[in-house]
Amino acid sequence: MTAIKPKHQRLVLLVIALVALVGAGLLAAWALRNQASYFYVPSDILIHRPEPDRAVRLGGMVERGSLKTAPDGVTITFLVGDGKARVPVSFRGIVPSLFVEGSGVVAEGKLAADGTFIADNLLAKHDEKYVPRELKDMSEHQAAQVVAETK
Amino acid sequence: MIAELGLVALWLAGALAGLQLIAGSLGLTARGGTLAGVVRPVAVVQGLLCCLSFVALIVLFCETDLSVKLVAMNSHSAKPFIYKFAGTWGNHEGSMLLWVTVMSLAGGFVALVERRLPERTMLATLAGQAFVSLGFYAFLLFSSNPFERSSPVPDEGQGLNPLLQDIGLAFHPPTLYFGYVGLSIAFSFAIGALVTREVGPAFARAMRPWVLGAWIFLTLGITAGSYWAYYELGWGGWWFWDPVENASLMPWLAATALLHSVSVLAARNALRAWTVMLGVVAFSMSMIGTFLVRSGILTSVHAFAVDPERGSFILVLLAINIGGALTLFGLRAASVSEGERFAPVSREGALVFNNVALSAILGIVLFGTLYPLLAEAMGAKVSVGPPYFNPVGAIFAVPMLLVMAVGPLLRWRRDAFARVRAIVVVPALLVLLVAALLAFRSGIGALPFIGLSLAGGLALASLLPLRGRNLRRTPLPVWGMVTAHLGIAVALFGMASDSAFSIEKLVAARPGETVSVGPWRIVFDRIEPVAGPNWTALEARMKARYDGGAAVEIHPQARYFWTPPQQTSESALVTRWNGQLYAVVGEDAGDGRWQLRLWWKPFVTMIWFGGIMIALGGLLAMIGRVASDLRRIVARGKIAYRRGRQGR
Repeated sequence: MTAIKPKHQRLVLLVIALVALVGAGLLAAWALRNQASYFYVPSDILIHRPEPDRAVRLGGMVERGSLKTAPDGVTITFLVGDGKARVPVSFRGIVPSLFVEGSGVVAEGKLAADGTFIADNLLAKHDEKYVPRELKDMSEHQAAQVVAETK
Repeated sequence: MIAELGLVALWLAGALAGLQLIAGSLGLTARGGTLAGVVRPVAVVQGLLCCLSFVALIVLFCETDLSVKLVAMNSHSAKPFIYKFAGTWGNHEGSMLLWVTVMSLAGGFVALVERRLPERTMLATLAGQAFVSLGFYAFLLFSSNPFERSSPVPDEGQGLNPLLQDIGLAFHPPTLYFGYVGLSIAFSFAIGALVTREVGPAFARAMRPWVLGAWIFLTLGITAGSYWAYYELGWGGWWFWDPVENASLMPWLAATALLHSVSVLAARNALRAWTVMLGVVAFSMSMIGTFLVRSGILTSVHAFAVDPERGSFILVLLAINIGGALTLFGLRAASVSEGERFAPVSREGALVFNNVALSAILGIVLFGTLYPLLAEAMGAKVSVGPPYFNPVGAIFAVPMLLVMAVGPLLRWRRDAFARVRAIVVVPALLVLLVAALLAFRSGIGALPFIGLSLAGGLALASLLPLRGRNLRRTPLPVWGMVTAHLGIAVALFGMASDSAFSIEKLVAARPGETVSVGPWRIVFDRIEPVAGPNWTALEARMKARYDGGAAVEIHPQARYFWTPPQQTSESALVTRWNGQLYAVVGEDAGDGRWQLRLWWKPFVTMIWFGGIMIALGGLLAMIGRVASDLRRIVARGKIAYRRGRQGR
């Protein structure tokens, strides 16, 4: 050990740090490919169905007249549409404030085998300063609708 | 009048920062020696003026002076006083002014008390601090002026985001900013040392208390923010891997690495270039965090600004500061001479491992936070959450925790693992024992299983450095290290216990019904309307009994604010030594039923106790370091005094 010259030690440390960081980077890249949750609108889901058990996000408008509460009082079902297609969503929990029919929503969850989207979490518009990022890029018509909803 | 006073003070402070930069830089040259004398006083006055400007803004908010646009946009006369006061920094401009105030006060404080650095390094440090401040002054004055008047003057303000109307707003942002921005001192020290090429143990000893101070605030700020999110959002979670949380975690990871490497530099004169690099990285992470949060490219309750011009401004500042610092580092790193050598198995070796692991975790968090932006640039919309951060982070965190248990027992320079094997075997057996016991319980995820198994052994191992010491004579920094490491074990236990043992109940209940969650039985009495100064609420009245004990009244609320119109959920908590009951009331579920969501979270409070212990450990270490430095200065003064008398 005593034979290690200072220059070599610096080099060795540098190599170890680089290997660890590159390793972390590769690991992160690999994990991100598998774990990042992709954003879908209903018409995407019908074309490219996400793999089962893959966590995804579904965004769109809560269709008017589709919101129903199950007899247990805590499960709700509704349709999310983007004007071209619609997907049934089921959610068990307390809905966020400003979650109403006709407004925008982002649901986080998985698509079940029967085509129902099982949401673990719903993100609605909190106020004019807090819009889920995905809702910002909706089509102009939808955006106008969202704006109209909140004004 | 007060608004103009504040604005003038801000302009003057910005001008003084310019003077500080010029005088500091010229002071380094051979001819500018005479200018060097003004740098310290200028830094102090700059800090005071900026502070005055911030106080002016606080006064405007407390008085709800609606002629000021910022107040009109973010405050309301019917708001409770504490939120008028704390609302000063509950908006983009105010929080940026707080940022600059902390930065200039920190610089002024360094200029006032720091006497250990060589004078030239000090000049370069203060010039560096002024350079970074100057950019943020420009940002405030040209694109985020907090004192802008509104015309016509509105009759009433628009109010503060109800989620922010909580006592947490009074503590969390200032604490976090002291840490976040306090790291600018480490950055400027690094710049100063690079400019004058004076990197060594003396530099590390001078830098250490400042890094410790910022790190303590950062730790407390993150802990407070986590608890605030936990009870305010009503989701029962305490960490969401939200980009904004990551923005505070990244500087903390870098500062934690810096704290450990600066100790190696101070004690052993090794890891010289690396420590300087970390000084640059830590504050760069603070600035990147500010960019992510303040540019509006991310969605979060923390993102106030949606003005793209502001985002570009911060991005340019970021590029200049970080790019400049890294270029300087690249030019000078090779000339920072090699430090002392050490064997792989040694205290230094363990600390290098800690540094590499922390850097890797930092990289993983940074990558995961930026990935949605990268993906969006390529046309894909993604979000990254716990399924990525938890397991990938753990791959590096678990080995790091294992080394944390052993590292403090190793000797500097060179050691043999065989020497400590006999001691380490005890906590190792404890880990195996807990793991064996847990293996019989089903339904515990892999990460909580690892966390629970490790926590006890880590706690025991963290106390081992005290073994065989005379506790009265044990130096404070050792106590600090032990406390902080024990805090890590405690927090880990809380996190793992919450994930493994939490019980959740979501029901629609009628008044009079009883709901049980774990050992708790909760009687739902009734729903009542209540009103506050700027909200009305539906309040659930419940009586909770733990294991047949005395009844505790709890009343979670669903609050409706009218300025701005928004609904928030006020959770109700019952804290016991062994955990917390968490209750949320939801919507009317029809048939006279109400949605109730209840959690029993065993030992969840350990997360934040652990965080406080970690900060306390830092505080002990800082007191110890500063006290011994003061003693040394006093002793040196006495010797000089005696010599002076003898000489006469």
